[in-house]
Amino acid sequence: MNRVNDFILKIATVNGTGSASANGLLLKALFRMGIPVTGKNLFPSNIQGLPTWYEIRTSTQGYMSRSGRVDVMVAMNVQTYGKDLLEVSTGGYFIYDSTWPRERELHRDDVTVFGVPLAKLCNESFSDARVRILMKNIAYAGVLSALLDIDPDVMRGLLEETFATKSKLVESNIKAFNLGYDYAIGQFSCPLPVRAETIGDNKDKILIDGNAAAALGCVYAGATVGAWYPITPSTSLMDSFKHYCKMFRMDIENGGKNYCIVQAEDELAAAGIVLGANWVGARGFTPTSGPGISLMSEFIGFGYYAEIPSVFIDVQRVGPSTGMPTRTQQCDIMLCAYASHGDTRHPLLLPANPSECFEMTVRAFDLAERLQTPVFVLSDLDIGMNDWMIPKLEWDDAYRPDRGKVLRAEDLEEIEKFYRFEDIDGDGITARTYPGEHPKGAYFVRGSGHNRYGAYTEDSDEYKEVVDRLLVKWETAKSVVPRPLLKTAAKKTDIGIIAYGSSDNAVLEALDQLARNGIHADYMRVRAFPFGDEVKAFIESHVTVFVVEQNRDAQMRSLLILETNTDAAKLVPVLHYSGMPIPSTCVVEGLCKHLRVEAVA
Amino acid sequence: MTYIAKPNIELPFRETNKLGLSKRDYEGVLSTLCAGCGHDSITAAIVRAFWELSIPPERVAKLSGIGCSSKTPAYFISGAHGFNSVHGRMPSVATGALAGNRDLVCIGVSGDGDSLSIGFGQFGHAVRRNINMLYIIENNGVYGLTKGQFSAAADKGSKSKKGAVNQWKNIDSVSTAISLGGSFVARSFSGDREQLVTLIKAGVTHPGCAVIDVVSPCVTFNNHVGSTKSYIYTREHYRPASQADFVPPADEIKATYAEGENTVVELHDGSKLVLKKADNGYDPTNRSKVLRYLEQHRARGEVVTGLLFINEDLPDMHAIYGTTPVPLKDVGFDQLNPGAEALADLQRRMW
Repeated sequence: MNRVNDFILKIATVNGTGSASANGLLLKALFRMGIPVTGKNLFPSNIQGLPTWYEIRTSTQGYMSRSGRVDVMVAMNVQTYGKDLLEVSTGGYFIYDSTWPRERELHRDDVTVFGVPLAKLCNESFSDARVRILMKNIAYAGVLSALLDIDPDVMRGLLEETFATKSKLVESNIKAFNLGYDYAIGQFSCPLPVRAETIGDNKDKILIDGNAAAALGCVYAGATVGAWYPITPSTSLMDSFKHYCKMFRMDIENGGKNYCIVQAEDELAAAGIVLGANWVGARGFTPTSGPGISLMSEFIGFGYYAEIPSVFIDVQRVGPSTGMPTRTQQCDIMLCAYASHGDTRHPLLLPANPSECFEMTVRAFDLAERLQTPVFVLSDLDIGMNDWMIPKLEWDDAYRPDRGKVLRAEDLEEIEKFYRFEDIDGDGITARTYPGEHPKGAYFVRGSGHNRYGAYTEDSDEYKEVVDRLLVKWETAKSVVPRPLLKTAAKKTDIGIIAYGSSDNAVLEALDQLARNGIHADYMRVRAFPFGDEVKAFIESHVTVFVVEQNRDAQMRSLLILETNTDAAKLVPVLHYSGMPIPSTCVVEGLCKHLRVEAVA
Repeated sequence: MTYIAKPNIELPFRETNKLGLSKRDYEGVLSTLCAGCGHDSITAAIVRAFWELSIPPERVAKLSGIGCSSKTPAYFISGAHGFNSVHGRMPSVATGALAGNRDLVCIGVSGDGDSLSIGFGQFGHAVRRNINMLYIIENNGVYGLTKGQFSAAADKGSKSKKGAVNQWKNIDSVSTAISLGGSFVARSFSGDREQLVTLIKAGVTHPGCAVIDVVSPCVTFNNHVGSTKSYIYTREHYRPASQADFVPPADEIKATYAEGENTVVELHDGSKLVLKKADNGYDPTNRSKVLRYLEQHRARGEVVTGLLFINEDLPDMHAIYGTTPVPLKDVGFDQLNPGAEALADLQRRMW
């Protein structure tokens, strides 16, 4: 088995022991060797003491999803030794801390087991108890550097970079790294057939998680008010926003902050703050997750009916209820599409990677203001919290925010009288004003029944006139949200696949695998709701359309049926909802299973 | 929020304020509340206070939640920007509005159900953040629109119209706001226009969250014998702890006050609040004494009114955050957007 730059390395540790820095180090070293690489953190909802895994995949083809294989397992957690050994693919390698040897238990005929006395090595070299634990991680990184031929100079260089301001730490980390590296070189025949090889430097790429990218999107869109209540997995989005604001948003003249972050008392308040800020003309947003959307729903309906722009970034996690907070799903599609009581519908943007988290977050602010309505960016834990290798983000300095139809003081001077909900040009969108600017611009925002002039009403016709106009606006939304992306199969086919968000990479890899087995499929990645006409056309032009998604109830499939009025029978669900990011095998198997059954029938 | 437009009759001898606006310019649409509702008196006091302070109507953001009290922003300052939000959530919208535009003159009108039951959390956090707003709680101890249920402000032992006796200890907005570190806490009575107008003016001028709880009897559901929020009960148990005169910035203190009997509180815009100590030795700057005083008089069933606590030095939300003095909505895009070069620089660190 020769797997150069094409392997899966999985590291099993106990959470709270500081393994993240060693894992990040390995990821970054492979990245700097020019290899397409991805890292997925599979962690528990816990602070210290429970099993946690980190999975690194290198792929010459650039495949970024999970694949279901494990070529090298580093087992640092006694609690999960058995399970971890079982998970190794045939011909793979299993590395464990042999300070306490377990040769008899840890045995598989088809797997090579390496024992490295990591604890012993570190105990002999470091005196402080906490340091010994931390350094064990760097030591296994050293072992892997030797076994997998991950350039030790790059690794050492990264350690020096990381601890540039703390020279003592550089010394101890390099010492620990060398302990592992030298031991492996001395004891094993390095490198293994599973190994890395420098093929470039990835200088045109970056490693970034989706939450940081979305936070940058907020900064670049000119958002000034961020309101939030801490919730996994969205917390790091606001942390990043704060970080970038400190970098870019300190007023040069007065030293004040050109931003305001309010940690709200709960998600209800966060939503209220966002509406309040947008009402007065500041771009406001909130990052949250499913439970937060549930709490915000009353205000979301208010925003819809009172037509207040607002941006809700939902980094989805496993539901229902508290669910599994540190696991990933795409399970808030229906919740967000129709959030709140009464007839409501909201635009959803569906980023598939950090690049789109950045772009679509900027777009969300423009759409929210153009459409004067709550807009959702539906990311998920896999995109939001994992480091992804993406092309460098780009920015066009010619960009100016689309503030939508707003009458400023000078515009109001020109007109006789301002009515908030009068549709002058027939696109369902009416002009608004900012409070505090002009006496003519005053109006009353209300969630109660109102007529086209903005006044309270209980008159049926007046009520209907407004809610019917909102449908016209919905039609307008269809033409301005991001278009789906189409990948046509090499051969003409009547099989289609629809997927969205973080399922994208699994589908892309599956398409190649399926094509090798003679199964060709056209692939449409839906990037927004409401769906454009091309989505319906895609469904209609195929006999079978597989809808790949990460939830139990096939929510996107339901939404497609409801909103495109399509034949439900031709939409076949392919579902993955274990909480782990979807592997490409799930898509391959899902399609094959259905096609086999069809062939038999 | 039903409404009837007010007939537009030009009154002779209309008096104008510094902006050349008449009091009529600070009114709103006709109230649809019950005849004799305390809330209408509060509306009238707001109209007078804002008119006398000559605040440009368009600079005013008037917000509310849900309930009878929350209908009233439609009844004052029609030239102001209104926001009738969802039940109990007015404070968060006000927080966001002020976050985005710190120059707005913000008034929130809420009720005892809106602020002490469903919105208790948001009320507390508005006080805690000391957002720069006037926060009026129109307190009638009862749910009017749903026909007479007790609210959390109803006193234990108070009787409902149907004869039920409230079994629960009440939540007192005043002592709650003081305990939470509020910077301006007052109580008044819808029937005491002079006191209320003064407190509203002081509250608007105060650079932080000014909470005024106004006992405002519900003539339909809570104005009977046995109720502790009726006109009669409130008048009989009315106890002003301090009486205040509001002196605008440019004016001199003209009235003569006996020495040692008064405290002058200077507000941030230079206006002054002269507190006449109606009750011997009442000190509205001493939190623990105030709380003790309130508890003593509560035990006697008295309704203590006046400016009960003030601390002009507490920083408001923006002072704490260190936000730019320019309203965030007016900060130019070039100042908000770091540009392509900065993005390229930043990404060097992500390699």
